[in-house]
Amino acid sequence: MTLLELKNVSKCYTGTKPALSDVSFSVKEGEFVSVIGASGSGKTTLLRCINRMIEPSGGEISFNGIMVSKLRKSGLRKVRTKIGMVFQHHNLVERLTVIENVLHGRLGYKSTLAGVLGIYNSREKKQAYEILEILGILDLMHKRCDQISGGQKQRVGIARALVQNPKMILCDEPIASLDPGSSKIIMDYLKNICSDRGITLIISLHQVNVALNYSHRIIGFNKGTIHFDGPPSRLSPGRITEIYGAEQITESYEHSLAEAAG
Amino acid sequence: MPADIFANRRKNIFLFLAFIAALTTGSMVLTQFDPVNGLISILKAFFWGLSNFYPDVQSLSHITDILVKLRDTILMSIASSVAAAVLAMALALMGSRSTRIHVFFTYFSRGIGSFFRNVPLVAWAMVLMLSFSQSSLTGFLALFFGSLGFLTRAFMETLDEVGESTVEALKATGAAYYHIIFQAVLPSSLPQMLSWLLFMIETNIRDATLVGFLTGTGIGFLFDVYYKSFNYHVASLIVIVTVITVIAMESISNMVRREIL
Amino acid sequence: MTTGPENKIKFSGLEKPVTRAMIVIRLTLSILAVITFYSLITLDYGSVNIPRAVCDTLNNFRTIFIHPFSRRLSIPDIFYEILVTIGLSILITVFSGVIALFLGLLGARNLSPKRVTSAVKAFVAFIRAVPSILWVLIFAVSAGLGSTAAVIGLSFHSIGYLTKAFAECYEELDRGVIDALKSTGAGWWTIVFQAVIPSSATYLLSWTFLRFELNFSNAVAMGAAAGAAGIGFDLFMSSTMYFDLHEVGLITYFILAFAVTLEIIAMKVKSKLKEK
Repeated sequence: MTLLELKNVSKCYTGTKPALSDVSFSVKEGEFVSVIGASGSGKTTLLRCINRMIEPSGGEISFNGIMVSKLRKSGLRKVRTKIGMVFQHHNLVERLTVIENVLHGRLGYKSTLAGVLGIYNSREKKQAYEILEILGILDLMHKRCDQISGGQKQRVGIARALVQNPKMILCDEPIASLDPGSSKIIMDYLKNICSDRGITLIISLHQVNVALNYSHRIIGFNKGTIHFDGPPSRLSPGRITEIYGAEQITESYEHSLAEAAG
Repeated sequence: MPADIFANRRKNIFLFLAFIAALTTGSMVLTQFDPVNGLISILKAFFWGLSNFYPDVQSLSHITDILVKLRDTILMSIASSVAAAVLAMALALMGSRSTRIHVFFTYFSRGIGSFFRNVPLVAWAMVLMLSFSQSSLTGFLALFFGSLGFLTRAFMETLDEVGESTVEALKATGAAYYHIIFQAVLPSSLPQMLSWLLFMIETNIRDATLVGFLTGTGIGFLFDVYYKSFNYHVASLIVIVTVITVIAMESISNMVRREIL
Repeated sequence: MTTGPENKIKFSGLEKPVTRAMIVIRLTLSILAVITFYSLITLDYGSVNIPRAVCDTLNNFRTIFIHPFSRRLSIPDIFYEILVTIGLSILITVFSGVIALFLGLLGARNLSPKRVTSAVKAFVAFIRAVPSILWVLIFAVSAGLGSTAAVIGLSFHSIGYLTKAFAECYEELDRGVIDALKSTGAGWWTIVFQAVIPSSATYLLSWTFLRFELNFSNAVAMGAAAGAAGIGFDLFMSSTMYFDLHEVGLITYFILAFAVTLEIIAMKVKSKLKEK
């Protein structure tokens, strides 16, 4: 079932080349999609247009049958509760504890008063508890977020997205600030979330080998347009060069490519 | 238990707010402040302002008087700030960690600075008025003493920031004390100190109104005259002129700051 | 290629390049110096005999600072009056703090639309430009001279400063945190109370305390100038009505003591702020 559909989406910032031009694709429920491309190719812009954190200049975006591009404030907030977002720099409230940051994911569901006062019911707290356990950070529950490592912070970010009970999670370069060990842990968790809970994942990455190892489908961007859209097995060195515009990068991926194809 | 932290945090916030509320109510009782009366006055003031507190054609005839007094006030503010700056510079050089001759002077300069800064401006104004009576000199001296305290502290902080290591390095080359001050310490601290001086002038223009009010000089005094005779139209003109002056002074200072910092 | 004398490097005193900054500094200092000399010369000395006035002043200082005591007021009395003044400052600080908390949100570029922030910033700049005494006198028209006018007037003035400080504080907030909560679908008020305020809390409190110190000295001034209650009023009475300089001395010392205490605490607060 198609969950997300983009038709001719474009984004222009004044005075510069367009960040996105004529982008169209659709995503099915439960798909694990990686978006790759060089810096400035439009990956981040794309993700943020989907939940309208950035306003697209043209085109249509529909999520779960609703036209996101046409929604007003309250409708947009409702849609956002169903879309989770994980950020490169975690974007946690550092002064607050892990559990408080995780439960922030529920704020979109609350009335203004309940949200302001931060009133969470026991069902929500129990769910947060369980999510923390699955992500292996239950013991950090009461620690302040400025006292935990980068990998742990990112797991808190993922937990915050999960507690929303979203249909889809957008991850904007989630492992860019992490070392290889922590990156693998995060990607494994994301893969499990997708397969166990059927949550659609769209992840922007600049590590092509990670994309090859984990995704069902890869979309390659170059200067705001899609240059590749298909399963990892079909991603050849030639296509990678097209996407990144540089040969030496491609050579380092040949091993991963061989694995994916074989 | 996951539940506790939220209850805890809510309790802490509640306690904090309760403390503030208690402090406020206590203060209201202590100072006999009536909040209801207060709110009503604000509304009354608003309506009065709209109907009375604006310059009318007649008040414009007083503009020459106002401008003369304004000029006096501005001159007084600048002169007192600059004079205080000169003395403060000496005190700061004596007392700053980087340039002092002896530790004792740090306490001395800091003490003088703190003393002059914390004696309220009104006290200076009142006391000086007893012997100098109502002349611009009184205002000048009051502002002078007030500024001296603030600038001494500010300049000392600036000099401290230059750092002992710079001074040490130059000492090792055999440079004399005065050479070090004039070739290294002063040049690096000059922009920041000028910025403080400008800030002092801005502050003094505002304070000059208060001092003038108490000592019968400058624009503050003029306001008092018209205010007490219920001539609110002219009084409002004075306020407007003061605001323009302050904002102009701030803009000039900011322009200078942008160039030098 | 000719190498005439004008192309040789001159070593006559290694001149530093004349930068624009230096020109501005020298120009500003010269202007200020000229103005200072001019005003000192044209200063209205009234009919004051300067040497005698200086002598008198020094005598007065001696009385005030070396022989402070009071027949009229007892030490507990003075303590009480200072407490009243502190009470005034607390009211001013709390009122202006609460209002600035919300007004600052409207003035922060990352939280409100540009037109609103510009309007708020201009409005507060105007408030700041009006000297505190004038604010108090303006409100004294409807409230009468006294504590009420002083509190309202000084609160207004304080709002001008705190709103600017708070707005800048909010603007420094990491944009990502606000983005994160926006993406979960949380509303504006929720984002304010769940992210903006907790993250800036320390900063806000520090600025509020710094303002408290200033409000205290303002409250003293208003006691003297506008009939507000507290120690300022006593100061005014002793010097202008009773001419009792000994009392002035005692009062001044008390004010000094409290002000210095506040200053010491304020310095500690400032260094904590700098750490952030």
